[in-house]
Amino acid sequence: MKKISLIVGLLVAMPAAWAQGEDTYADFKAMMDRSFKTTGIASKHRIYQLDFQKACSSEKLPSKKEMARIEAEQMKTIRYPADGKYLGDWKEGEKIAVNGRGLTWTDKTPYNNGGGCYNCHQMSHHEISYGTIGPSLLEYGKLRGNGEEVVKYTWGKIYNAKAFNACSHMPRNGDAEILTEKQIKDLMAFLLDPASPVNKK
Amino acid sequence: MRHTFTILLAGFACGLLSGTAAASSEMDAIAKYRELLADGNPSELVAAQGEELWKTKRGPQQASLERCDLGLGPGVIKGAYAKMPRYFKDTGRVQDLESRLMTCMENLQGIEPKSIVDGKFLKGEREKVAALVAYVVTESNGARIDVDMRHPEMKKMYEMGKMAFYFRAGPMDFSCATCHGEEGKRIRMQDLPDLRTQKGAAAGWGSWPAYRVSNGEFWTMQHRLNDCFRQQRLPEPIYGSDVTIALSVYLAATAKGGTMLTPGIKR
Repeated sequence: MKKISLIVGLLVAMPAAWAQGEDTYADFKAMMDRSFKTTGIASKHRIYQLDFQKACSSEKLPSKKEMARIEAEQMKTIRYPADGKYLGDWKEGEKIAVNGRGLTWTDKTPYNNGGGCYNCHQMSHHEISYGTIGPSLLEYGKLRGNGEEVVKYTWGKIYNAKAFNACSHMPRNGDAEILTEKQIKDLMAFLLDPASPVNKK
Repeated sequence: MRHTFTILLAGFACGLLSGTAAASSEMDAIAKYRELLADGNPSELVAAQGEELWKTKRGPQQASLERCDLGLGPGVIKGAYAKMPRYFKDTGRVQDLESRLMTCMENLQGIEPKSIVDGKFLKGEREKVAALVAYVVTESNGARIDVDMRHPEMKKMYEMGKMAFYFRAGPMDFSCATCHGEEGKRIRMQDLPDLRTQKGAAAGWGSWPAYRVSNGEFWTMQHRLNDCFRQQRLPEPIYGSDVTIALSVYLAATAKGGTMLTPGIKR
């Protein structure tokens, strides 16, 4: 008898707890909706999430299955260069890697954004002001060579990192139109060209 | 000032006795703070302006803020900031220091909150709020971070603040957790506190509002959070909006037990 009443109690309590969770989420969405405004180029719609952003917005990562589903979906967004040329000018690439500007409400235009690479990655031998949120990319090309597989993987990773790790911290530089195709080519050269300071001391 | 140092020294001694890693890191923070203060805290000037503003009769109602209730009773400032944000019965909502000051300015002085909400940082009435903030937080320097989480509205704001902390959006898919969700990380040369932990949250929450040496500006918590959202590439949060208060509740509750070193000094 005691057991039954315990089960009944649980059955009554559980939907109530779920409902409370859903209520809090609805209230949360309403709070976000009324808390932001458009300023400059940063329009208010930026707070409305894409599905994968929502899936990656809690303390815990989504299930492996969900991660794999997101990765497969993101993989489809990657556009490889139409002319088949992957490597641009590493000197231009270095400038893009250093530049962390772009897309905030104090930036004037959505063009000529920086890659902000040094915010999170070590890259060249000489730049000591680098962040540590991402892995070190020092001697990236020297360690990996520039075979077709490496080149295509690197392009894909810069273009849309979520294709390889659903909840990666790294922005989708190509897919989200943060960088242009030409800028990505220049970054590719910065990483892979043997003459680039990433690879040459 | 000497009195403050006595409190800090007491904290120092307690840390030595307990001898834990967390305590020693807090000791480091305190030692560093004391070192920075050797030549005086530049926020003192802003705080002095704030104290004068607090006592000056202003606004359409020509009243001072001396009856302003920051949660410990009308006019009580000492230690009030260390217990904020908090739920206020009279307004029926959770408020941080800046939204509470706007309530006092409206009710006591007749100064419209709209002029502050729609204004700009370091300008006009919003600059005056910042000066008042400098004054109020100086009076919690050395106090224990001690937000009262018992009210259901506080619990709800904590939950929503935590959701906001992990909320990824915008063209770069960033959340607060992208940069502040792991220990020992940095952006360029700047160390990032892990705001999920008590230690990290105490270091972050406990050292803002702060004077920024690089640009010579005093920044309130609203200003700090505003610039975080800017760098996240999200749209601009409205001054005093609930998302800023919810995040403040999440940070202050996580930081509970830490020490307020306010106003802080930043690079």
